[in-house]
Amino acid sequence: MRGMWAITKKEIKTYLTSPIAYVLIAVFLLISGYFFYNMIWWFNSQSIAMSRNPYYMKQLNINRFVYEPLFHNISVILLLIFPLLTMRLFAEEKRTGTEELLYTSSITNGEIVYGKFFGATFVLFIMLLLTGVYAVFGYLYSKPETIPLLLGYLGLFLMGIAFIGIGIFFSSITESQVVAASLSFGMLLLLWVLSWSGQAAGPSLKPILNYLSFFEHFKDMPRGVLNLTDLVYYLSVTYFFLFLTQSYMESRRWR
Amino acid sequence: MIEVNNLTRKYGEKVAVNRISFSVEKGKIWGFLGPNGAGKTTTMRILTGYLPPTEGSAKVAGFDITKEPLKAKKHIGYLPEIPPLYNEMTVKGYVNFVAELKGVPSKERKKAVSQAIEKAGLSNVAGRLIKNLSKGYRQRVGIAQAIVNNPDILILDEPTIGLDPAQIIEIRELIKSLKGEHTVILSTHILPEVTQTCDGVVIINEGQLRASGTLEEIQERFSEESGIYLETEPSLAVEELMNIEGIKEAVSSGEGVKIFWEEEEKGNKNLNEFIRTKGLNINEWKRLTSTLEDIYLKIVASDKGGVK
Repeated sequence: MRGMWAITKKEIKTYLTSPIAYVLIAVFLLISGYFFYNMIWWFNSQSIAMSRNPYYMKQLNINRFVYEPLFHNISVILLLIFPLLTMRLFAEEKRTGTEELLYTSSITNGEIVYGKFFGATFVLFIMLLLTGVYAVFGYLYSKPETIPLLLGYLGLFLMGIAFIGIGIFFSSITESQVVAASLSFGMLLLLWVLSWSGQAAGPSLKPILNYLSFFEHFKDMPRGVLNLTDLVYYLSVTYFFLFLTQSYMESRRWR
Repeated sequence: MIEVNNLTRKYGEKVAVNRISFSVEKGKIWGFLGPNGAGKTTTMRILTGYLPPTEGSAKVAGFDITKEPLKAKKHIGYLPEIPPLYNEMTVKGYVNFVAELKGVPSKERKKAVSQAIEKAGLSNVAGRLIKNLSKGYRQRVGIAQAIVNNPDILILDEPTIGLDPAQIIEIRELIKSLKGEHTVILSTHILPEVTQTCDGVVIINEGQLRASGTLEEIQERFSEESGIYLETEPSLAVEELMNIEGIKEAVSSGEGVKIFWEEEEKGNKNLNEFIRTKGLNINEWKRLTSTLEDIYLKIVASDKGGVK
């Protein structure tokens, strides 16, 4: 635990002293802010147009028309950004030879992997925290429902840690950060589009592809529904890739 | 303190280290000598638990490095060939990170960090970013991180490489000052470094152990076949000496002559007789010994099947 904590602290410090995290957070906020602005603007104009009809007015729900699509957009931005955030975690240590320090210290491979994982999770947490401004805005000028909002954030967080798990694994198998980012980006895209091919696939394959797809498991959360399967899915994807990373590290023994 | 038994490491088909065995006593400095690519770094990486051995075992501070790696690693400080530095950290921040990584308790950490920084001569750059340091200072930061947890065993892979002569002397003094408290293994291909700092030496070449022992043992075992240096009054004539039975060769050297035996006992007897009949006064008589350099070159050259 002590070694893990040391590595987590070091990773957070590295993120905070290098420009990468700031640039990525800035890009993330810029794009998500742009989406939020557009959705609010659209919602606003719809509200004005429908204010004369009480029936339609009832249908207008800020959670459904602003936050739900916003969460979906944010998840795609995270997918684009996270490979860039995780690519250096192991690849850079390999390239500069600092992994020799980690592997010869009296800490386990698990401590190294989870130390890095929590370091990157910290950045995810900061990103999501900063988007809290959008939620505050909603509470100031409207009455959004709290549970769907919170579950939406939980969904983003769970998806984010799965992105990190995948990114860490691909960073651990190469010395090149570009290769690491490309591989994890490819993997994330694949898990994203799986459900698309699920439409075309036969009835036997469809549920499997749907189950594996990242976004299928995200759908319900911003609507205020938490399924145990979704929770299990994200946690097990994360755990699986962190486990793969550890196994890959152990396998140095036979290489 | 360190026991290596039949250690073998293969990279695919290539055998980098082949059945090496040696041991190092507590509190001594041991030199690891060999040409580039001899297997020094691989052996050190196995000892530190970075690489697992293909065969054989290594015991460090009483713990088997493959069976109880975490316990063994606690007793080791390691400076790899390329110091494992994080450029974006300050010297102090980095040494503190390593101290934390190596489990120095938080109460003692501050003191341990400042002591390591002081010992390595880094006090005046403690607050600077590592990326802005010169090569000599980077090497010292590497040494500071190796000693920060006060390990029983220090393994230093070419600690003086790339340093200027003054820095080399400083680092050597630093290493010598660690003796007694720590057991040190350092690899090098600079021979004077070994004679000046080490108690013993392990010579390896092409992955194989060629010799190991204290400097005296090695010198005794590998000295020139046999010969003496002789200085007399009046001086000896080389041609006459060559005619004495039992003497292989005589070469004039400075004021005297170097004599090499064909058969030591016989030659010695005949030479004594020769000196007595001629009525020469002996000014100096000593055995010829080889320097470590001679021994090393002989060992390495013989592996190439080349000049003896």
